[in-house]
Amino acid sequence: MDRFAWTNGLLEMNETLVIQQRGVKLYDGDDKAKLDVGAALLTTHRLIWRDLKNHECCIAVSLSQIIYFEEQAAGIGKSAKIVIHLYPVPSNKEPGPYQHSKFSYIKLSFKEHGQIEFFRRLTEEMTQKRWEKTVPQTVSTATGSQTGKTRAVGIVGIERKIEQKRKETDKNISEAFEDLSQLMVKAKEMVELSRSIANKIKDKQGDITEDETIRFKSYLLSMGIANPVTRETHGSGTHYHMQLANQLGDMLLAPLEGERGGMMALTEVYCLVNRARGMELLSPEDLVNACKMFESMKLPLRLRVFDSGVMVVQLQSHSEEEMIASALDNVTDKGSLTSEEFAKLLGLSVLLSKERLLLAEKMGHLCRDDSVEGLRFYPNLF
Amino acid sequence: MHRRGVGAGAIAKKKLAEAKYKERGTVLAEDQIVQMSKQIDTFKSHLEEFASKHKQEIRKNSQFRVQFQEMCATIGVDPLASGKGFWSEMLGVGDFYYELGVQIIEVCLALKHRNGGLITLDELHQRVLKGRGKYAQDVSQDDLVRAIKKLKAMGNGFGMIPVGGSYLVQSVPAELNMDHTVVLQLAEKKGYVTVSEIKDNLKWERERSCHVLDHLLKEGLAWLDAQAAGEPQYWLPALFSELSSRDITPEEANQMTP
Repeated sequence: MDRFAWTNGLLEMNETLVIQQRGVKLYDGDDKAKLDVGAALLTTHRLIWRDLKNHECCIAVSLSQIIYFEEQAAGIGKSAKIVIHLYPVPSNKEPGPYQHSKFSYIKLSFKEHGQIEFFRRLTEEMTQKRWEKTVPQTVSTATGSQTGKTRAVGIVGIERKIEQKRKETDKNISEAFEDLSQLMVKAKEMVELSRSIANKIKDKQGDITEDETIRFKSYLLSMGIANPVTRETHGSGTHYHMQLANQLGDMLLAPLEGERGGMMALTEVYCLVNRARGMELLSPEDLVNACKMFESMKLPLRLRVFDSGVMVVQLQSHSEEEMIASALDNVTDKGSLTSEEFAKLLGLSVLLSKERLLLAEKMGHLCRDDSVEGLRFYPNLF
Repeated sequence: MHRRGVGAGAIAKKKLAEAKYKERGTVLAEDQIVQMSKQIDTFKSHLEEFASKHKQEIRKNSQFRVQFQEMCATIGVDPLASGKGFWSEMLGVGDFYYELGVQIIEVCLALKHRNGGLITLDELHQRVLKGRGKYAQDVSQDDLVRAIKKLKAMGNGFGMIPVGGSYLVQSVPAELNMDHTVVLQLAEKKGYVTVSEIKDNLKWERERSCHVLDHLLKEGLAWLDAQAAGEPQYWLPALFSELSSRDITPEEANQMTP
């Protein structure tokens, strides 16, 4: 921590802010630094840290002082960290929070996460070394030769450890990647096989039963291969989707008949269902495919797509005329309404109330006043 | 005496067809489906083995996740297509991204009244991290981008607009064409833009500039500061909040603007 110097936090000429992360605590080696939690700022030239409560307390170290850095995974009760190994203190360093430290590395502890992105950006900056492009060449070579001697001592041990760690990590990762590649080769065979089958189904070569088609579709679903064949009987659905459709029917009927006013945006349904599940969540596509089966499964719900592209689940009994009539009533009653006002009135989301007004307009019952102040609907007197 | 069993003719016909196909070297589709069913079982066990060794790697290592996704895309497989897919069930990738999807929707919904449904990827990232709490797993921006791509299937206007080296995430079905996008990119540096700036930088006529700005106002994506010194400024709350969350001092802000 004795590498840091006080700073006013202002950026230099040509220095740009790259990323900022709050909730960062500093460590002097393995010990917690005598500073509170603050924000870490990475620029093209420096690593800056600022106390969140006291903005005057601001310290920085140049990126050129960094030898090496690595991630330290989070543990139980421990936040993820980035460990940064630094060169020895240069003789011309400005005063900082620490006069002396027995450690040659510091840690950034990410109490509010963000270490993945910070690490990525730090890697980028350390690769690009943008600070070198703005410092005149003569200056850097001079300091280079001066610190050259002091570098040799003490650094060697650190560098050896780093190299060792890197080899270990590389080995683990490369094994994982190797296994992954082999897995992908097998997966690719499956994809090619499925394409061949799909083509044959299209060209009607051979005699496929309905059962076999359903089985084939479930294989595609398991592998995550897009289904190129759509049959009239079951659409893109499988047994899984039929099950889901039933579950959705059970789950959504009450809210739809109750406070939701007969209609829910698909994104709302997605959140509702997945929050309730907790595990084994539905993918967005699962949800859409299940909703498409409502009609064929004779459930009292329907998937509907508005002109704007908004997708909703609505009650089958939902009467279009009633909805439009009530929209007209409300607008006439108030003289005019915007989507926000209408939403408040009905307790619906702004998105859905806008769709209702648009629909009523489409049917000729309302007309619009489109100005920079917003979109307002009036009863159509024409 | 001939004994013509029922269906003998049909069986003979099928045998003839099979023979014809075998001649040409083509395999029947139904035979291939049987073959696939066997391969599916084998693949499943390979995947299980992979999962037992490397599931943690996928959970913890975002770089590995990126590689994994890219490999899948190359061979034509979407590991996130269904929660019922092998990848999701055995590697647990599904739940990670689907839950992220829920969090993204919730953040966008909560801020829509302020930014009209447009938010920078950075701000979205920060807020999602906050919402996930200290003990949850970290997520990268790549993770967010993939989750957002999946959300598009639900037709609610989720999209991403490239702006200033990163992205703006759109979560409402507002129509934004090339003109609107280019103006957003122009506004990115300072968080606002003026008609003159558009005319100078993009060489558009006044009418085209005003048309685009009016649309942004109507959609709630821009706010008008008519009292600004000089000419009216059109502020984008989506970009504005990102600047303020950077905790820049007034002097820094001055240094950053031209």
